[in-house]
Amino acid sequence: MTQNRPFLAFLAVFTVFLAVFPWIGAEKLSFRQVFGFVVGDWTADGMIFFQIRLPRVLLGLLAGGALAMAGAALQVIFRNPLAEPWTLGIAGGASLGAFLARVCPFLWFALGPLNTSQALALLGAAGALGLVLSLARRSAAGAQTLLLAGVTLGVVCGGAIMVISGFISPWKLAEFHRWLLGGLDAADWASVGALAALAVPGVALLLVQARNLNPLGLGEDMAAGQGVDVARVRRWTAVGAGLASAGVAAVAGPIGFVGLLAPHAVRKIVGPDARLVLPCSFLFGGALLAACDALGRWAAAPLEVPVGALTAVLGGPLFLALLARRR
Amino acid sequence: MNSPGQLALRNIRFSYESAAWSLEIPALAFGAEPLCGIVGPNGSGKSTLLKLAAGLLAPGEGAAELAGRSVARMRRADLARRLGYLPQECPALFDYAVEQVVAMGRHAHGGTLDLPDAADRDAVARALADVGLEALRQRPLSHLSGGERRRAWLASALAQEPEILLLDEPTQALDLHQAAAVMEILARRAANGLRVVAVMHDLNLAGLFCDRLVLIQSGKIAADGPPAEILTENRLLAAYGDKIEVLRRPETPNPIVLARK
Repeated sequence: MTQNRPFLAFLAVFTVFLAVFPWIGAEKLSFRQVFGFVVGDWTADGMIFFQIRLPRVLLGLLAGGALAMAGAALQVIFRNPLAEPWTLGIAGGASLGAFLARVCPFLWFALGPLNTSQALALLGAAGALGLVLSLARRSAAGAQTLLLAGVTLGVVCGGAIMVISGFISPWKLAEFHRWLLGGLDAADWASVGALAALAVPGVALLLVQARNLNPLGLGEDMAAGQGVDVARVRRWTAVGAGLASAGVAAVAGPIGFVGLLAPHAVRKIVGPDARLVLPCSFLFGGALLAACDALGRWAAAPLEVPVGALTAVLGGPLFLALLARRR
Repeated sequence: MNSPGQLALRNIRFSYESAAWSLEIPALAFGAEPLCGIVGPNGSGKSTLLKLAAGLLAPGEGAAELAGRSVARMRRADLARRLGYLPQECPALFDYAVEQVVAMGRHAHGGTLDLPDAADRDAVARALADVGLEALRQRPLSHLSGGERRRAWLASALAQEPEILLLDEPTQALDLHQAAAVMEILARRAANGLRVVAVMHDLNLAGLFCDRLVLIQSGKIAADGPPAEILTENRLLAAYGDKIEVLRRPETPNPIVLARK
């Protein structure tokens, strides 16, 4: 029961944010009109609440949660506290995919609920993940090689974007920069569905691996001696984290720091047990991203600060403060 | 604990790309003696042999078998319930508490979504008591001495309750008192049915506690038998070179091995 207390506290914060944040924004909403919408009266406030703000808050909670849980798991399988979803090369692949969708209007197709940009971002992320995993398998590499391969791929994709940028018009670049900063401003129920389609299976896969991740914290040989199939756990964890973070990249662009900061902050509170760290990271990461997004909507209303930029600006100093407090 | 099955290495051949030698083991079996030591000079292939036996390395030829079943073909969790392995070092990624480390030893006994049951809690408590870390169960690893940390890892392997436990230098970097304490813990468990196979560098400790010694030299078995037969001047000089001296005293059954200038 004592062990469950932090989890329940994180769950309470997550739930409160879900209930409160849809009320925050440039337009003040009336309770009566919003609840009127529930019973069938068409109201503008109801439309804003249910069609714009609620999916946006859900998107933030789910995206932040998926990134944080993926970060928590990746830090264990890479045995590196700096590992996070983007170090797999997924962000680079996804950015390149979305960029190509925007600069090549003749590339048009849809994949389920995903539009061209989302679908290509997803394909880019999946391609990057597949390439990194196949490199790692071919060289029978350890965690460090996987990490280096991911970082290198991210740099290559970033470089490719810069090269292509030289050939396109400035107004198209400006449009894409918004996506590159990472944001939830294009949120609707289709985006929530697109994210959930990838993030929910990814998160479920990670939760199933949580028990296997603990022995890995004492080294691969020790874990293998204790009955962990290390290669299998590493593979499924990478797939789970890849699904979760590809879903986020495709819908919301690159959102930094949540996947890095949330797991470390959670470990400070609940300790290193992955069975607790993973679900708590989901709740904390989701709450953190949703809170940053609410702040971005409220602080400069009616303008908005992109949540990806805000998480970096606020999350960075917070992370440095955490590091400074570390004994 | 189940009755111990036999762990057998058959026609093993293994080599690292960079190594000048290859490990060649025509036949070697563990499980008959309570405490078996694997000794030999640095780089002779002792740890490699242990990893091959544990199924952590795949041999180029031959196979490791537990009770007639190929170790490589067993699920790791099934294998770990019968065969434990404790490496030389367990670099902790996070600052786990002692009890968490020991509880990880129960990994193979539970399913994906299982919570620890009474059997797990008993095994953890027994292991903590055996290594004398009950009072430090909540202490983080970073607050332990080197000896205490090594005992925490050992407790994790003991909590696993396998039939055969493979240990790679369990007394490495310990002072004489701590090293003897660790060997006594292993001897007590061995007296209760556990079969222990340990790679050891301290030949005196090995001679004192082990029922059988396997001497490895350049990837081959140079000798295999009771300590008194293995720790002879001729064998040790051949394996380790001339910087070694073996003394025999009437009051102790085992020889004493010393370094010589």
